[in-house]
Amino acid sequence: MGTTGPTIEDRSSPQTATPAVELIDITKAFPGVVANDRISLAAMPGEVLCLLGENGAGKSTLMSILSGIYRPDGGRILVDGRAVNIDSPRHGRDLGIGMVYQHLSLIPTLTVLENLMMGSNPGLSLDREGARTRLGELSRQLGVSVDADARAGSLALGQQQQVEIIKALWKGSRVLILDEPTSMLTPQGITELQDVLRGLKRSGLAIIFITHKLHEAVAIGDRVAILKQGKVVGRLDPADLAAMTPDEIQSRIVAAMFGSSAAPDVADIAELRPTSGLTTTARHLSNEPLLEVVDVSADAAGGEHTLADINLEVRGGEILGVAGVDGSGQRTLAEVIAGQSRHTAGSIRLGGVTIDGLSISERQALGLRYVTDDRLGEGVVSSYPLSLNLVLKRIGQPPFWRGGRVDRAQIRRSAQESIRVFDIRTPSSETRIGKLSGGNIQKALLARELSFEPRCVVFNKPTHGLDVRTIVAVRERIRALAQDGVAIVVISNDLDELVDLSDRVAVLDSGRITGVVPAGPDAEVRIGELIVGVAAPQTVG
Amino acid sequence: MPDLFTSGFLTALVVGGLVAGVPLLFAGLGEIIAEASGVLNVGLEGMMLAGAFIGFVATLLTQNVWFGLAAGAVAGLLLSLVMVLFCIRLGLDQIVVGVAIVLTVEGATAVLHATLYGESYPRLDAAPRFAIPFLSDLPVLGGSLFTQPVIVYLGFILVGVVAWVLRSTSVGLHLRAAGEQPASLDAAGVDVVRIRSVAEMVCGALAGLGGAYLAIVGAGTFVPFVTNGMGFIAIVIAMLARGRAWWSVIGAFLFGMSLSLTTALQLVGIDVPVDVVQMLPFVSVIVVLVIFARDARLPSALGLPYLRGSR
Amino acid sequence: MTSPLTSPEAVVDVAPPTTRGAGLGDALVRSLGPIALALITCGALLAIVGRDPFAFYSDILQAGLLRPSGLQDSITRMAPILLVAAGMIVAFRAGMWNLGSDGQYLLAAACVAGTAPSVLAAVPAPLGWLVLGLVGMVVGASWTIVPAWLRARYGLNEIVTTLMMSFVGSGLANLLVKGPFDGPSTVPQTAVVDPSLLLFDLPGTRIHIGVIVALIAVATIYWVFSRTSFGMRIDVLGANARAAQHVGIRVSRLIIVTFLLSGALMGLAAAVDMLGIFGYMRADWNPAYGLKVVPLVFLARLNALAVIPFAAFFSVLSIGGEYAARRAQLPSDFLLLVIGLVLTFMVVTQYLTDKRDRGEPILPRRKAGMARA
Repeated sequence: MGTTGPTIEDRSSPQTATPAVELIDITKAFPGVVANDRISLAAMPGEVLCLLGENGAGKSTLMSILSGIYRPDGGRILVDGRAVNIDSPRHGRDLGIGMVYQHLSLIPTLTVLENLMMGSNPGLSLDREGARTRLGELSRQLGVSVDADARAGSLALGQQQQVEIIKALWKGSRVLILDEPTSMLTPQGITELQDVLRGLKRSGLAIIFITHKLHEAVAIGDRVAILKQGKVVGRLDPADLAAMTPDEIQSRIVAAMFGSSAAPDVADIAELRPTSGLTTTARHLSNEPLLEVVDVSADAAGGEHTLADINLEVRGGEILGVAGVDGSGQRTLAEVIAGQSRHTAGSIRLGGVTIDGLSISERQALGLRYVTDDRLGEGVVSSYPLSLNLVLKRIGQPPFWRGGRVDRAQIRRSAQESIRVFDIRTPSSETRIGKLSGGNIQKALLARELSFEPRCVVFNKPTHGLDVRTIVAVRERIRALAQDGVAIVVISNDLDELVDLSDRVAVLDSGRITGVVPAGPDAEVRIGELIVGVAAPQTVG
Repeated sequence: MPDLFTSGFLTALVVGGLVAGVPLLFAGLGEIIAEASGVLNVGLEGMMLAGAFIGFVATLLTQNVWFGLAAGAVAGLLLSLVMVLFCIRLGLDQIVVGVAIVLTVEGATAVLHATLYGESYPRLDAAPRFAIPFLSDLPVLGGSLFTQPVIVYLGFILVGVVAWVLRSTSVGLHLRAAGEQPASLDAAGVDVVRIRSVAEMVCGALAGLGGAYLAIVGAGTFVPFVTNGMGFIAIVIAMLARGRAWWSVIGAFLFGMSLSLTTALQLVGIDVPVDVVQMLPFVSVIVVLVIFARDARLPSALGLPYLRGSR
Repeated sequence: MTSPLTSPEAVVDVAPPTTRGAGLGDALVRSLGPIALALITCGALLAIVGRDPFAFYSDILQAGLLRPSGLQDSITRMAPILLVAAGMIVAFRAGMWNLGSDGQYLLAAACVAGTAPSVLAAVPAPLGWLVLGLVGMVVGASWTIVPAWLRARYGLNEIVTTLMMSFVGSGLANLLVKGPFDGPSTVPQTAVVDPSLLLFDLPGTRIHIGVIVALIAVATIYWVFSRTSFGMRIDVLGANARAAQHVGIRVSRLIIVTFLLSGALMGLAAAVDMLGIFGYMRADWNPAYGLKVVPLVFLARLNALAVIPFAAFFSVLSIGGEYAARRAQLPSDFLLLVIGLVLTFMVVTQYLTDKRDRGEPILPRRKAGMARA
């Protein structure tokens, strides 16, 4: 797609300061794709530069180049005006470029102090005292407090991110790069992060903030660069941001990203509006609840909060969202309903029938399906062909297995059908599924779970990491399912998505449901309040 | 009921346990280091065996125990380079390469021993010992327990050194990080492959040293398959140790004593079948594993090759 | 225990038959290449220790293949090899490293040899063989229960547990042979079964029907994995244990069943040897098939039918090698060296061909700039 839309002219005043880091015509290609195409950017000290673009636009590649993991095929990098070649992550850090990755990279079994000393301890013997002093300095600079001797895995996600920032700044930095830092934070955590960034700006640090959410970019950025398919397709400098109204900024960005005739729903899905306020077409809901979770408690699947006294009800044709940050018990809840984990108290009913003692296969036979968020880890066998993965939950069952013997032709035929119906892009039905893109793997998972008449489907983060077109397709499919009378649970940490899809949203915080919010114009605000946890009674630690 | 606590019995048991356990001490310590960094050394048995053979031959030729021990350590080190190249650098499967090492070394040492010494079966002189003043004058056990070849004392000191390195140095920290989450270590700018290679080479050297000790001091000779499963016991010790260096001492002596139990019992007139006694160390391992199954914890990245950017 | 260990499946990427697109030539290179390299290397080593490699190898061929009696011995030797290989394939495809096959074999052999005289005296021969075969299978299977349970329940590393059980099993077998099963002879061994009561030979040969049993077992295992849902579940478990759980496979149960089946096949190998060739078991005897069969199973890429030619190769090497080693005044442990080198070369060859298939450079470039596939 070649449309770039009208370029937003750079009307900024001449630069008076040297950029902390500057990329000039950076190009990087991989087999089959040009990830970065002559990109030029400058991050100024004391400013936040937001890199905005959807998944797959080339942001991560660019950051990997800056942090030293990749070498660019073409172009130059300047640090404080001097040309450099960044050979390795260590070299990048020595140059003062600190990176905080989206997926936290602390080692959970080591202490905070050990994590910080890793790779940066001068000499052989560990200088714990020196590290403690430095930690104190940086904590004060950030305005946070961190327990140096706590095991990193025991910290809340927001705190872990703070440690990561401290780690990135450890050796003294001039640039701090944050890759999608808000994806795992509560609204309160996001506010805290903004405060931290403001403080860092004042001390002269240049900050690069990578995101795919427009409202974040506009709220946090002093300067915005828009990436699309490897190119910079638009820029907004401080003067622009000051001069234009929020609506003008928005439409300029939408135009740059999707062309001036972009459909409104595409714009919404690209997280352009913090509140969507969409109302779905009226759906007929069943009278009786189809899925009931009654007083369920469960021990957590690794690293998560224990579930306590969960009560949920979903009627046929209804979409119930479950909001909460990572670690609040979302995965445990999904696994308990699906049958992968056992609950320690309470009961689950499907269509009035208690399913507590039933195995995963038995629950599936009753129409209960689970689309996991961990696609490659447990959703598929990546070395197996697509066709086999599509029938993986039906091993031994007709029509694919008869009398215990496999019918490969039937498996292939069925796969062809699924490829067609779900628009899975693949060279063939026998391609190794690991070779397909994330979006197509997700479509394959959907094809698998939504076949053979589902009655109730649990989705865990159904659109994370996908490109916009696939996100649209997945959400459409969820709505269509609901239209068919299927009871749906969508678990996600993406509030915008939940508000967009759900009829009601339950908030899961520290293993408990703290409230249920019906769809409406103020839904997102109310959900946010509940996530912050105004009244959390007895939370079991 | 024969008096079990005669000095003869205790000496045979404890000191015999010491002698039998020293090879395990070295090999176990080495494996603790390797496993902490994320490398599972199934080939340990082969490295010990190679150390035993080369150490034996070197001592026979030079009549110098130190040279023999060093040669054994070098033999183990060279074999560990196979693991370093194939598994750590190229990312091939650690267990398969380990099995290949064991098979090849067993065959090679058997053949070489037969061709060189098949007729003569030479034995070595007893290794020189050093009596620790004062301690070796203690009653009952003092004489034998504290009069050991110097390498034994060095072994204990080494355990302390390794414990300190793992806990209080950057090398030790990086090693542990490599075993838990190598991607984070890589992001911190530390060379994961290099730290694992170093850990593996140290492990190989210590295993070879342990094997050499077995042949030179313990048995005084080499016979094919002389290690008889010790390498695998060392792996178990390392798994139970969970990165704590001092466990190599505990494990080595417990298992060493179960090996020396036959001789000790025979001294007091209790005749236990050889087979039972030989089974004892392995049975005790199983029992320990069954009891402590819940607690056995290994570094998360153990056994997985680290390849940057791999899916 | 939280560590996901490498599984045998990760070593040989065992995708179902539909995706194996590599040509015949490729398969030959992968399987014959390592063997050829190992033989050449051993030949060089032979020369170094002053033996004539050509004479050595021709002795092997003579004694193992060309002479009719030798050929028959080789074919007979295939019986236990195939059964042990089948047992390993079952375990390896599930991602379980059953390295304790020696202990399972020996204990089963002791029980079969020890009870054979009484059973065959009480019950007519063919039925007696069936009973003894079952004895062997049950004993072999039971010896896997502890490692299987530790793995299924606690995720405890089965490499270590099966190895430990192996040492205990061989010790226990010795105790049985020297104790309750000890026969009248002055040497510690079980009572010798009358040769007329042993397994029949194929007409006109000295090859006992245990070979047929082994071939049937191997064919059955192949069919299980290529056709049945049970086999598919085992394969999925080996390919991705978490996915296996996610798709509803009862992982704990399957782990145990797989181990039991594997152990049973080892026990059957023991029964076949006892009833086909030996008729008794001596104390302190261990043919140690286990580790030696591992390379064959990998060369065959965990395919039960494909393991047959490799088993044949190994048998010829084994039978012929005993003779050739005696003549060259070398220990027969020489075989270990050959088979160890075969495994080493196999690993390297597989690595090289995998890299070539994926279009990746052979040596990973560790500097920044390495392309992500």
